[in-house]
Amino acid sequence: MRDQIESALRGLDAEHVSVHVEEYETSRMTFRGRDVEDVGRSRGIGGNIRAFAGGGWGFVSFNDFGELRSRAELAIHQAKLAGGSGNRLADRPVRDVVVPAHLLKDPRTVSLTDKKRLLDEYIDVMFSVPQIHTTEASYWDGARRVVYADSEGCYVEQSFVDLKARFLAVARRNGTVQQAILSMGSLGDFAAVEQLHDKVRTTAERAVRLLDAKSIESGEYTVVCDQALAGVFAHEAFGHLSEADFIYENDRMQEIMVLGRQFGTPMVSIVDDATLPGLRGSYAYDDEGTAGHKNYLLKNGELVGRLHSRETAAKLGEEPTGNARAISYRHEPLVRMTNTYIEPGTATPEELIADVKDGIYAVDWYGGTTTMEMFTFSAAEAYRIRNGRLEEPLRGVVLSGNLFDTLQRIDGVAGDLAFAQGGGCGKGGQSPLPVSTGAPHIRIQSCVVGGGG
Amino acid sequence: MIEQLLDRASKVSDQAEVYALRVEETPVSFEANRLKQLQTSETSGIALRIIRNGRVGLAASTRLDDPDSLVNDAVEAATFGAAASFRLPDPSTIPDVPGWDQAVIDTPVERMVEIGYELIDRLHSHNPQVVCDAGVSRQSYDVTIRNSNGGSHRYRKTISAVNLMGTLVRGTDILYVGDDQVWCRPIDDYRAIADEAIRQVDLAQKSARIKSATMPVLFTARGFASVFSVPLRIAFNGKRVLQGASPLTGKRGQQCFSEKLSLWDDPTIPYAPHSSPFDDEGVPTSRLALAENGIVRNFVYDLATAALAGEQSTGSASRGLESLPSPGISALVISPGTRSHDELLGSIDYGLIVDEVIGATQGNVIGGDFSGNVVLGFKVEKGKIIGRVKDTVISGNVYDLLNQDLTLSNAPQWVHGGLFVPDLLLPAVSVASRSA
Repeated sequence: MRDQIESALRGLDAEHVSVHVEEYETSRMTFRGRDVEDVGRSRGIGGNIRAFAGGGWGFVSFNDFGELRSRAELAIHQAKLAGGSGNRLADRPVRDVVVPAHLLKDPRTVSLTDKKRLLDEYIDVMFSVPQIHTTEASYWDGARRVVYADSEGCYVEQSFVDLKARFLAVARRNGTVQQAILSMGSLGDFAAVEQLHDKVRTTAERAVRLLDAKSIESGEYTVVCDQALAGVFAHEAFGHLSEADFIYENDRMQEIMVLGRQFGTPMVSIVDDATLPGLRGSYAYDDEGTAGHKNYLLKNGELVGRLHSRETAAKLGEEPTGNARAISYRHEPLVRMTNTYIEPGTATPEELIADVKDGIYAVDWYGGTTTMEMFTFSAAEAYRIRNGRLEEPLRGVVLSGNLFDTLQRIDGVAGDLAFAQGGGCGKGGQSPLPVSTGAPHIRIQSCVVGGGG
Repeated sequence: MIEQLLDRASKVSDQAEVYALRVEETPVSFEANRLKQLQTSETSGIALRIIRNGRVGLAASTRLDDPDSLVNDAVEAATFGAAASFRLPDPSTIPDVPGWDQAVIDTPVERMVEIGYELIDRLHSHNPQVVCDAGVSRQSYDVTIRNSNGGSHRYRKTISAVNLMGTLVRGTDILYVGDDQVWCRPIDDYRAIADEAIRQVDLAQKSARIKSATMPVLFTARGFASVFSVPLRIAFNGKRVLQGASPLTGKRGQQCFSEKLSLWDDPTIPYAPHSSPFDDEGVPTSRLALAENGIVRNFVYDLATAALAGEQSTGSASRGLESLPSPGISALVISPGTRSHDELLGSIDYGLIVDEVIGATQGNVIGGDFSGNVVLGFKVEKGKIIGRVKDTVISGNVYDLLNQDLTLSNAPQWVHGGLFVPDLLLPAVSVASRSA
């Protein structure tokens, strides 16, 4: 295969051509209630060729490898037709390297029987909680071998073994239904989904608690977020806006996102780090053969960096950061996050809550979205805080923010940083991309909260 | 190859089905007002589903040259698979649902580039500060389904898709405008996409503040999609109903919505992007009433779910290459009302018109609770649009809201190719906005 790739790349008439080949094998098990719903295995191989010429891109993706050279020529032809922006690609070191998978307990060594037995146990735990009406449980693992080679002589082979599990408990009483979800994941360590019995029980108990939880009146509130929710907040509120492909061709956006601008209070620092071992968003090299990095985005509230592909870095005159990622060979890389987190501060969560006269303690996440300026992130569960104490449980709490505003209202950051690995990020039709988010408890003043029905 | 695979699979199973998919796509992308990328993608793959000893197993692969691996994987999966008591469809009459237009495939890339530039020029010349991205693509789908009971079907579909998005930044205010059209034939009226974006830009010129209160909200078709589409699709999904995870479980024949609301699933609309003559397991499709005058009539089923529920398949099986079929709504259609959009707008004394909401589908969707940020919405006072609102959240419960004294407009529109709905005016929706 290496010979085939290198000969397809030899002597081509374009600024840059790359070949991406991916071989994968996935296995999956899903349950509806106690019954197996779907067990399956998929295998595949596919690839793409990208060409860059005069600032335009050509892209050809395929499942059969018979015609690499003529596909490369097609990609070049497309790139030349599309060229015109005059953009360049930033330099980065050329590597010839094989990176093995990060593996602690390889999920492929665990039999289907054992995986099923584990899921059966977790389902029993969920059903052991009274008023749980139905459940869903799913497990997925996938092994990928990815080869990237380009006309500059770069040849990077990487392997990844990714796994995730998701448990959903539905509580029902008199026609009212509420759900709670637990998502877990890991890079290469099946142990991350073992010993989840307590967490699964807590999730089922949350669904039941939500049956009696009240809706809060929509309005502005002081909100303390737990680590999982604060991590999603960082990802939506700031992470996406740090992706340079949103701004690199827009002068006005660049004026807004100027390095040195104060976006948050001095206690807020946000980092994106692809080098953290074992997290789902981690890798040694991105899908353009650029090494992954630890990148500070916000340091003490000040914008100090962004996430780049080779093209966005060149355009903005900054260093490439290794954030060009494609969800599969069927897609071109976009600028994406990896593991995004808020750095810990010095407060304790108890201190953050104790100061609040009337507010909300929001816990865990359903999801988040952003349109850059405005973002939402929804809590799995919440509690009213009155005079520093947690009171009645709340449901349907969705926090809404504004980039230019909300980060300036963070007035408390605790020291208890924790990462959540169950999520996936969506952008440009490429979803769910494995990422992780992290944060300590934080407190936000005057957050707009939607209260649900 | 399909014959060979079916043959080998039949030797080790009671029933077998081969699903083969080939997709070719040629998207043309524009970024920052100019052409950026030309792309050609070919995807092909094959999935084998078997029923063996009363259990289902699925295996999929992109490799067409290794039937034995596929059969072995499917047999292993079936060892643990779900109990299956349904019969894969025998040969049957299939409705004629046209979806192939050679003109889509014959559209030269140069013409696609022309269309993109025309849209960008139209928006950009109206407002030179708008930075435009666009996409023009043509796709072909080729699906073959064959099973061991003799069922054998193939259909081909073409898809044209055109989208335009503009970003307008003024100070710290970021506005996104845009629209899209998707159809199985070449999109002749693509200029309307630019006109809609222009309409949004013009309306958003002025800002407005709105108070936090319960008030009338007029959802445009696009606004409706961003709040109601997902909960309704879940509610009528036979699998959710069976699990007791739909609020409509056990409510067939009951009045669960306003009597003005009639909803359909229609996979038979000629040249609509989600139409097909048979579903993803070869069962013929048909137009299905989900609710009539607010009374729940039908849920959507595939073969497996129908067997468990004691129902019949409604020809609603949907699948990706690597997963088992499960029930899905193809095109959600809502019967229109009699009032025009302008009449509905004119009837609002103080309220909101909502075109796009984010975050409304991230929460307890099965219960119908939602809360979302209005990213494109306008304050209405005495029947007139005053200006764009920001930092505004709408909340509620979908089932409560669809039981209000609602009014539907008389002109439904397609939204993203999967929803054909009119505007919806609700008299009382909770709105919260940041105070001045």
